[in-house]
Amino acid sequence: MSIKISETPTFECETGNYHTFCPISCVAWLYQKIEDSFFLVVGTKTCGYFLQNALGVMIFAEPRYAMAELEEGDISAQLNDYQELKRLCLQIKKDRNPSVIIWIGTCTTEIIKMDLEGMAPKLENEIGIPIIVARANGLDYAFTQGEDTVLAAMAHRCPEQENLIGNQQRNDKKSIEKLFSFLPIETDKRPKQSIINKKNRISLVLFGSLPSTVASQLSLELNRQSINVSGWLPAQRYTDLPILGNNVYVCGVNPFLSRTATTLMRRRKCKLIGAPFPIGPDGTRAWIEEICSVFGIEAQGLAEREQQIWESLRNYLNLVHGKSVFFMGDNLLEISLARFLIRCGMIVYEIGIPYMDKRYQAAELTFLQATCKKMCIPMPRIVEKPDNYNQIQRMRELQPDLAITGMAHANPLEARGINTKWSVEFTFAQIHGFTNAKDVLELVTRPLRRNNNLENLGWTDLVREG
Amino acid sequence: MKLAYWMYAGPAHIGTLRVASSFKNVHAIMHAPLGDDYFNVMRSMLERERDFTPVTASIVDRHVLARGSQEKVVDNISRKDKQERPNLIVLTPTCTSSILQEDLQNFVDRASTISDSDVILADVNHYRVNELQAADRTLEQVVRYYLEKARRQGNLNLSLTDKPSANIIGIFTLGFHNQHDCRELKRLLKDLGIEINQVIPEGGLVENLHKLPKAWFNLVPYREVGLMTAKYLEKEFGMSYISTTPMGVVDIANCIRQIQERINLLAPILLNEKVNYEPYIDEQTRFISQAAWFSRSIDCQNLTGKKAVVFGDATHAASITKILACEMGIRVSCAGTYCKHDEEWFNEQVQNFCDEILVTDDHTEVGDMIARIEPSAIFGTQMERHIGKRLDIPCGVISSPVHIQNFTLGYRPFLGYEGTNQVADLVYNSFTLGMEDHLLEIFGGHDTKEVITKSLSTDTDLTWNSESQLELNKIPGFVRGKIKRNTEKFARQNGVTEITVGIMYAAKEALNA
Ligand code: SF4
Repeated sequence: MSIKISETPTFECETGNYHTFCPISCVAWLYQKIEDSFFLVVGTKTCGYFLQNALGVMIFAEPRYAMAELEEGDISAQLNDYQELKRLCLQIKKDRNPSVIIWIGTCTTEIIKMDLEGMAPKLENEIGIPIIVARANGLDYAFTQGEDTVLAAMAHRCPEQENLIGNQQRNDKKSIEKLFSFLPIETDKRPKQSIINKKNRISLVLFGSLPSTVASQLSLELNRQSINVSGWLPAQRYTDLPILGNNVYVCGVNPFLSRTATTLMRRRKCKLIGAPFPIGPDGTRAWIEEICSVFGIEAQGLAEREQQIWESLRNYLNLVHGKSVFFMGDNLLEISLARFLIRCGMIVYEIGIPYMDKRYQAAELTFLQATCKKMCIPMPRIVEKPDNYNQIQRMRELQPDLAITGMAHANPLEARGINTKWSVEFTFAQIHGFTNAKDVLELVTRPLRRNNNLENLGWTDLVREG
Repeated sequence: MKLAYWMYAGPAHIGTLRVASSFKNVHAIMHAPLGDDYFNVMRSMLERERDFTPVTASIVDRHVLARGSQEKVVDNISRKDKQERPNLIVLTPTCTSSILQEDLQNFVDRASTISDSDVILADVNHYRVNELQAADRTLEQVVRYYLEKARRQGNLNLSLTDKPSANIIGIFTLGFHNQHDCRELKRLLKDLGIEINQVIPEGGLVENLHKLPKAWFNLVPYREVGLMTAKYLEKEFGMSYISTTPMGVVDIANCIRQIQERINLLAPILLNEKVNYEPYIDEQTRFISQAAWFSRSIDCQNLTGKKAVVFGDATHAASITKILACEMGIRVSCAGTYCKHDEEWFNEQVQNFCDEILVTDDHTEVGDMIARIEPSAIFGTQMERHIGKRLDIPCGVISSPVHIQNFTLGYRPFLGYEGTNQVADLVYNSFTLGMEDHLLEIFGGHDTKEVITKSLSTDTDLTWNSESQLELNKIPGFVRGKIKRNTEKFARQNGVTEITVGIMYAAKEALNA
């Protein structure tokens, strides 16, 4: 079979009629990550109902989140927003005493133009608890982008680095090239040993919320290359936010953090390391190598480490090899996951994705392209703002071996004989770093393994047509 | 503004979507931001639906905010019309459209001129009604729309069916055990020689709605959804309706007697005879349903006077309260509902059957009430189940909101005679579970500590002397095995080979410590 390999990725844009989670869902994992936080979602019953059902049993564990439910009086401005919010926040302070309250703005606060940003500093002064405003609404964002808005807002609260004038000049010179640059930086003028360890003047801050075990696994990987991670945004506690400034390099661990990246660069003057994301052993290696190269370090033993991981995945790889995947698109992890699965030997028909920041994901896109070439597989079509209805028609034609999709479509597709994996699981499972590559494949192969178990029963198609 | 963690009834649009997606070949288009189609997830997951949920969104985004959504809405409606050819498209407003104040009715008028489907705008206001009220309203709206349409077109057929027949109104998707209840109601009516004219909205066709008036009467099993429709049909077509929920032996009989009354108004003229259901009621009550017998049995006697708390929607909470109090002799310390809009009816129903009444939609109030009363069992929603877990009180789930475990694959109706068996099981199991736990506590706790032997049957290196043997036999059967094991474990740990009564008590003390 001869495959024509397209050189450049093609991007399409459809109607945006697709199913995804509302971005306010980020409170579900962020309140757990930031232990001393409290999330107050200023919205309606609609928002509350979504959270209550999406969070499932978590809701019964006295979560550190609540709705400030807007009533008719709030909408018609009969009630004073400031007084109302003050009343609720004082109650939260009394009951929970958090180190920070995060207000999540919703569609309603956008439409009635409630000035959350204006009220927060005043109220913060009055009640003595930091208040951060993140507008994570369904008008502007999809699902995981909620985390992006929260982290972008939080980036403003990170303490400022004292200016280290001596170093500034040298770093500024190259900072422009370094933004989104994937070329290794010339290292000859730099000391060979790790600069960060030596004088601790240039530090590395990673951004993106990960379960703490995964975060320390990644830090450890970098440590092995004698790079010290000086902080994470977000940290386990709000009070431990990392120090930022123009001597700080930052690198993202998730593909949906483009606003945070922009804020860190523009507002906090940090230097962004543009790298593929540490998902899959290939991604993790590329990610570490990119960071190393920025710090002028020759990465040690990565090729072997990657090889080792691939070896350990052999059983899974046998299962997925040659199978086809269709990403409907709803959480922005799609490009990285597709790249990893292609490297595993799968064929990707379509990568649906809610929103594609070609600059922030540039390294990942290049890597995807290289991977396709390497595996001799055509570059999949990338569909931004997909239309689920059209996608289902396409899937009828293509009959992929696996559809990665939201829960709304999973059961109906299964009933029509198409295997599905629920996409949201990828956001909650631990998928970053070398160690967790197995978990990704565990998820991807689950429907395939299920099929092997249920083979020969003769009931894959379970709907009456017509 | 209200600080809220949890709600019993969802927002209005959910009610509309539940009704619309229950009909066959009806499509709902929500006017909503991206992410508000979570309904599809719930339907697909909880109901384990095989078909795509016929709900899409006409997305409100920045662009729409700037320019208005007219074109987009009209476009989405006509696209859906071409793609799926539904009979009816229901444009569903959400909280967002409520404040945008666009003229959605105007969009609907425009869209209906260009599409083959009928198009209506659901008449619900997010800030005024909740999920259940909205469902009730939407169902009435759809029925009214098609009956008026039929009247205009002159194909309204008002002649009654030859044989006695009924419409069942209010069975719909994501309803608590609705599918099972529907099957049970059909069986009940069949036993009574009554045909089913239509069941709406679940599985119903809007094209058939104009035939609703052919039924002899309407049956509305749940108060929350269907009453408005029934009242409309009564007013317009003189159809009588029965809204007594046939849950529990007593109310099933009440319901059947009302049916008899309705039929006997017409039967002498149309059929030349009268029906008498009393023998049927008697037979079912005494011999088919096990519930009446259960209430006489020793098991149920042991429940006499035990304290229970009931909370749920108005229908289920009221029925369960009456069943517990009248049919099982259980003391209902508090009965409550979150259907605040139906408070008056609820009070009237339960006031003689419980010590106090709580009408609230604030789950913390319910939690506090339960903690204060300390009942032996709770009958409530998923929320009360979790409150119960925290307080170590068993809970039987009797009403929405519920999780996936309450969408059982097996046949579990709450209504009709089979329903009485199910309810009896639920009640009995909840109480004995509590009792068993309590006894385990008394006699040495759960097996959470170090286990010495893995197998259930222990070796014979230990002997029980005759007194301890006797003492052991006094312990109720269902915990005896566990206590035997705990005692033997204790004996082994202490190097004792002969078990005396003293050792038994020492074991009990040690394990309680
Ligand atoms: S899309 Fe808007 S209205 Fe809907 S849940 Fe999200 S923030 Fe709330």
